[in-house]
Amino acid sequence: MRSADGARDDVTVLGIAGDWTVETVSDVLPTVADKVAPGRHLVFDGSGLGRLDTAGAWALIGLMRRQEQAGGSSELKDFSKPATTLIAEIDPLGRDQLPEPGRINPITWTLEEIGRGAAALVSDGYLLLATLGEALAAFANVVLLRRRMRWAALFNNISGASIQAVPIIGLMSFLIGMIIAQQGGFYLATYGADVLVVDLVGVLTCREIGVLLTAIMIAGRSGAAYTAEIGSMKMREEVDALKVLGLSPVEVLVLPRLIALIIALPILTLVSDLAAMAGAWLVGLFYIGIPTDVFLERLRAAVTPTHVLIGLAKAPFMAAIIGLIAAIEGMKVKGSAESLGEHTTAAVVKAIFMVVVTDGVFAMIFAMIGI
Amino acid sequence: MARQDEDGREAVIAARGLVVGFSGEPVLDGLDIDLWRGEILGIVGGSGTGKSVLLRTILGLNARSAGTIEVFGEDFDSMSSEERQRMGRRWGVLFQQGALFSSLTVLQNVAVPLREHMRLPDDLADELARLKIEMAGLPTDACGKYPAELSGGMIKRAALARALVLDPDIVFLDEPTAGLDPIGAAEFDQLILRLKATLGLTVFMVTHDLDSLATITDRIAVLGNRRVLVDGTFAELRSFDHPWVRAYFNGPRAEHFTFG
Repeated sequence: MRSADGARDDVTVLGIAGDWTVETVSDVLPTVADKVAPGRHLVFDGSGLGRLDTAGAWALIGLMRRQEQAGGSSELKDFSKPATTLIAEIDPLGRDQLPEPGRINPITWTLEEIGRGAAALVSDGYLLLATLGEALAAFANVVLLRRRMRWAALFNNISGASIQAVPIIGLMSFLIGMIIAQQGGFYLATYGADVLVVDLVGVLTCREIGVLLTAIMIAGRSGAAYTAEIGSMKMREEVDALKVLGLSPVEVLVLPRLIALIIALPILTLVSDLAAMAGAWLVGLFYIGIPTDVFLERLRAAVTPTHVLIGLAKAPFMAAIIGLIAAIEGMKVKGSAESLGEHTTAAVVKAIFMVVVTDGVFAMIFAMIGI
Repeated sequence: MARQDEDGREAVIAARGLVVGFSGEPVLDGLDIDLWRGEILGIVGGSGTGKSVLLRTILGLNARSAGTIEVFGEDFDSMSSEERQRMGRRWGVLFQQGALFSSLTVLQNVAVPLREHMRLPDDLADELARLKIEMAGLPTDACGKYPAELSGGMIKRAALARALVLDPDIVFLDEPTAGLDPIGAAEFDQLILRLKATLGLTVFMVTHDLDSLATITDRIAVLGNRRVLVDGTFAELRSFDHPWVRAYFNGPRAEHFTFG
């Protein structure tokens, strides 16, 4: 492309040649930018013009506007009919300034974020209680046979949250049991007390590790899935459709998932306990050298039903917290894909945090009542 | 060399013997279709006759089990991935639901092809995107909005702006006026006509809007029996002897259209 100059009197002729398209416009613009002729009449000669598209036309119009601002005038000569139409179509456009995005003051922004965070904490707590209340009310209606239970949804969710999670929970707990036994056995052996590794693994997994690992796993596995499911239903107005049909989204969507988790988590905790002890038994047998009969005898002495029940008792509460947080975050999803990702992340993070906090609260309660 | 019709127009898309099926009976079986440069081709057909499947197959989004597709005279299958990418700049697609990226503003959405395919200064890319947004009939203050904040008609216009931002040769429209009120739909028809005149577009349009078909299409292809039953102008199709075609073009909703 070329832009040939030809000056005579107060008229400057600027030859526009070659292709003026989106592919070439960033090269051609710098070469013609200084061709504005203040106080003169600029004639654009389009006889040598190749292809012209919107970007090229926009560049040409920009040049004409600059010429007018510099106190000159301009005209188009010998442009083809399509090119003239295109230029005429674009000429009235792009005149207003684009609205500037508002400036952010870092101080007020920080204060605002802190305030928003605090308010979100309160509203999250409120939502948690409100959803729990609504779920309990819906459950009461089912128990009183006023509403029917959605058995298909319930069993589907139980299967998804429990049976399908058994392999990963079992494997993980098995390995963790092995690791605790191996590490514990290594240090206890220096005191000649290596057989106490059975007590260590047994009590630790049954009271704490089993339920905690399982709950964290389920928060990441089922909690994330529930937020994504409910969130995408929210995005596609399916939740609104339920409301308009006179159905409560909590009853239809949240209750079956919540009950499924409350049933699944204790079962998975038991699976986790057993798998961890199996791992410990294997390490004890082959690495530390504890015969199977000794292992079982110590286990019977160390792990009382109380220990197992303490672990299992925590599971339903953790399940309820995971389910409620997942549901609340799902309901908070707005239109965009980004928002779905944001709330799914928030659901998992909050659920894991709350699970650990719950475990701590239970530890304090059990310490107080002395078990 | 690309195929030509009797007026010497080049076929920008020529599909021959397309067979497309999803586990079971084929949806399209031996379908031939041409799209001539500079025309607006309307595709109609009953539900499930494969209009959207045809569109997606031409775009390369559906696999086909047989047949060839030539785009600008080149076989689509024998192209390298770079050539295909270059081809992607020569056509624009308006999806039925708009398919705007939900995490980007309208301006950013429209600027995506410019930023990804072209090496342009940022402010020029923004200016060009904004120009297309205005050409598509959206107010300037829509630029900073997110798709979730737009009405259905505005989403269609923003998506059209994105489809047109690279000044493509071909634009594919999937039910462009579905979900618009009659005034909005008529405006959209005029918009497409005007853009066709200024940008020299070739339009491939799947639609059920009889007003659109009657006012802006140059040619209509009717899908049925897994292929193109017949093609012609609105007036020609009225007198075609096939029960579905007759019912479609002479039904109570089509009666009031009169042609010179």
